[in-house]
Amino acid sequence: MDIERVDRIIDKHRGEARALIQILLEIQSDNRWLPKEALTRVSERLQVPMTRVQHIATFYKAFSTVPKGRHEVHVCMGTACHVRGAQRVLDKVQDATGIQPGETDSDLRFSLEIVNCLGCCALGPVMEIDGKTHGRMSPAATVEALNDYE
Amino acid sequence: MDEGMKNMSKILLKIDGKDVEAREGMTILEAAQSAGIDIPTLCHHEKLEPYGACRLCNVEVEMRGGTKLVAACLYPVEQQLTVRTRSEKVDRIRKMILQLLLAHAPNSRELQRLGNEYGADKDRFEKESSFCINCGLCVRYCAEVKKLNAVGFVSRGATREISFVPEIAARECDQCKECFPLCPTEALQAAYVLAEALASFSPSFGLESKA
Ligand code: SF4
Ligand code: FES
Repeated sequence: MDIERVDRIIDKHRGEARALIQILLEIQSDNRWLPKEALTRVSERLQVPMTRVQHIATFYKAFSTVPKGRHEVHVCMGTACHVRGAQRVLDKVQDATGIQPGETDSDLRFSLEIVNCLGCCALGPVMEIDGKTHGRMSPAATVEALNDYE
Repeated sequence: MDEGMKNMSKILLKIDGKDVEAREGMTILEAAQSAGIDIPTLCHHEKLEPYGACRLCNVEVEMRGGTKLVAACLYPVEQQLTVRTRSEKVDRIRKMILQLLLAHAPNSRELQRLGNEYGADKDRFEKESSFCINCGLCVRYCAEVKKLNAVGFVSRGATREISFVPEIAARECDQCKECFPLCPTEALQAAYVLAEALASFSPSFGLESKA
């Protein structure tokens, strides 16, 4: 991530320390993760100790301090999806992408997370890719869906 | 606290049956200490702002006919307050806290000493040696007294741990290390995490702080 983009986000909030979380959120959504250089820049320009920036960046689940893939895959492991075979879907996703929940593949194509409910239990087992819901997943359909994302 | 109000009015309270005179804005802990009454603490330090993390200092205060448990290091004295620093309830809670902490830092001499006093069984819970008990003394000392912010907390809940900022640590920690002796788990954790941070530090990585 280039530092100008970070600066632009900081400028938008006039470099105010109280906008720290908002600034981090915007960097996160712009860049999908928070590189150390960006955190250092935020700390310097907002005059907030790096320890505090780091604490916040590691406290909230919305932030990632490690690179994230271009596509975010969420497999629902909630009760309804679970009884409808979510484990098999998850196994297939892990096989196809080579990563475990919480990980990102080395091509930065996918990041995988499991979630506890996506709010559409009737469609279970559900998988979400970049916010788009894929319902009634079978292991085979899972692989097809993933293939649509480069 | 309340320094600004310059209100030096005297507060009279009773701690363990003893009449104690305190100033407004003092905590129960400070009042007890001034009267020579010992309350065990782990996360308290005179030079630091009250924090209230360990809860070992909990005491019973009488309130509206019943009693209430409060953290002595945080709770301000009140006129006519009645405080008990030892009671069956207080001791039971201290024992539990110590047992939980001993699961994390079984070799800490300070925890062992307190554990003996309160009859804590150091094997009550399965060992999960994280060493750090998150008292925050090192973190707060670095921020509040040294104003260096070289060490902070990262993550949350059960995975919360201390972490040194390598850039600052490389510059400052070698000649300071004042946080080490503060650690109730005997500096092991801070020393280890510092060494780890320095080992990972290559000056070419990241923007050097211009401060
Ligand atoms: S390393 Fe020691 S002093 Fe620092 S927070 Fe952990 S227990 Fe407290
Ligand atoms: S000394 Fe009061 S909570 Fe730790």
